[in-house]
Amino acid sequence: MKRKKNIQLYIGLGILAVLGVFLVLGLIYHPYTSTQMDAGAKLTAPTLKHWFGGDKMGRDIFTRVQEGLKTSLFISFLATAIGTVGGTIIGALSGYYGKLLDDSIMRIIDVLFAIPSILLALVFVSLSGSSMMNVILALGIAVIPSFAKMIRTEFKEQSKLEYVQAAKLMGASDLRILFVHILPNIMPTLLNCVFISINNCILAEAGLSYLGIGVQPPTASLGGMIAEGQGYLRMAPFYVIFPGVIMVFLLVGLGLISDGNAQTFVVRRSAKKDTK
Amino acid sequence: MGKYVLKKIASLALTLLAVSFVVFLLFSVIPGDPAVSKLGTQATPERVEALRKELGLNAPFIARYFKWVAGFVRGNLGQSYAYSMPVSKLIGGKLLINATLSVLAIIIVIGVSVPIGVYTAKHTGGFLDKVFTVINQIFMAFPPFLLGLILTFFFGIVLKLFSPGAYVGYERNFFGFLGYMICPAIALALPKTAMCIKLLRTNILEEAKKDYSKTSYSKGNNTTGLLYKYVLKNAIMPTITFVGMIFADMIASGIVIEQTFGIPGLGRSLLSAISVRDYPVVMAIVMLIAFGIVVVSAITDIIHAAVDPRVR
Repeated sequence: MKRKKNIQLYIGLGILAVLGVFLVLGLIYHPYTSTQMDAGAKLTAPTLKHWFGGDKMGRDIFTRVQEGLKTSLFISFLATAIGTVGGTIIGALSGYYGKLLDDSIMRIIDVLFAIPSILLALVFVSLSGSSMMNVILALGIAVIPSFAKMIRTEFKEQSKLEYVQAAKLMGASDLRILFVHILPNIMPTLLNCVFISINNCILAEAGLSYLGIGVQPPTASLGGMIAEGQGYLRMAPFYVIFPGVIMVFLLVGLGLISDGNAQTFVVRRSAKKDTK
Repeated sequence: MGKYVLKKIASLALTLLAVSFVVFLLFSVIPGDPAVSKLGTQATPERVEALRKELGLNAPFIARYFKWVAGFVRGNLGQSYAYSMPVSKLIGGKLLINATLSVLAIIIVIGVSVPIGVYTAKHTGGFLDKVFTVINQIFMAFPPFLLGLILTFFFGIVLKLFSPGAYVGYERNFFGFLGYMICPAIALALPKTAMCIKLLRTNILEEAKKDYSKTSYSKGNNTTGLLYKYVLKNAIMPTITFVGMIFADMIASGIVIEQTFGIPGLGRSLLSAISVRDYPVVMAIVMLIAFGIVVVSAITDIIHAAVDPRVR
């Protein structure tokens, strides 16, 4: 079978590369800091001096979008890390041991599904104080249930397979079976969960900062900038456009990569079946 | 079927009970004393103590929980700390706003995604299919509030079809209210519509590869007949489940969208209640949202069972 080139994956990687260049540009070319105000640049349209224009306080939007992108990525990566570790451990235990443990964990997860996780994060962050740490923690915990549910199914399926039985007969400990034998075999699913989670965290973080609950000013965040620019939609549409375009770019790129990743996995799986 | 519905309702009640416990527990362990925040930091300890007593905050956890749940069952959502009036009065009217918004958005999702999903699946690889694949990928990535701003910009500022921020109350002019809700509903619905189209298309293509489709095809059925008679029935199942699931998402994004369009709905009440630590209001809103989500998920399960007897 001729393997089709995975266009989605390449386009996605290309988009992320462009964003990477955008960030690197900030390291080389940085005439302004993200909080430096220039009274003359207040709400001015993009010029050679201010590539993306100036915001309501005369700060350089180009620099602030770069900082916002970094903030978004930082928060969503750390939150996803928390979700991945928590979700994988819970899902692994639940799927592998089954029975009462599995039943009770699944009941709890079902109950948590009844409350939208972003709502929980919103309530948690706003009541415990809007700091970056709290946002990361809240989003990370909010990701765990759905992560655990997906990982659990995989562990449940894998634990019935022969190689796990063989490892058991050879006297491998449960911990070794779970994380040395099974975990590498579910990597594609795990990766997919990670992509979905990063995606959701970026969206959730943007939503929180848009509501003014996430990262607090003067630290720039994409959602926060869009909220600031909303009031100037008529006279300074670029205020919303630039952070918005960068955010959509990032999300489209991630979405394409996660689709492409899922597809290569399907191709590999069907290829395996064919050789059997 | 009747037995299945009864079973669903019973499990619905149990889930709600569990949700109520989790919510109540959460708000009991969150740091911050509502009595202090109501009186301000200048309050004397005696006054704080008196207010805590008045609000019933000194009773043991279990006693407070049962009192709260019992009130809920009887339709008493508690007393707002900040406004000293029943919570139900405070948020009753807002409920209709958010329900309208979600229902409109769901109608758009279903109304747009089913025809396009079926069309693109039927004409796989065609020009429109390719166009929609690209459009879907982009729309999926849009946060609803950004879409809301784009819609405001084009329809409100450029085309002047509605005046941004000029919310029309439903009690004043119901049709004006509906009209104003269309843009927020589209903003909410578009990303989900894109996901729905993709899901439906994939499922139809998957079902069309199965043995029963091949058999029916070899018996002389044409593609169209096969599609509408057999394939669609099976392929629509995951979409039904998905629509039930996105309802939860819509309520959460609805809170954000309200801010974009200046709609005084549940989201605004929630944010203002949070800022003054008005826990009864916050808890009531979270519970109402959870209630809506659990009920919708039960309804989708029942629809699923009605269409497909195998899951009963």
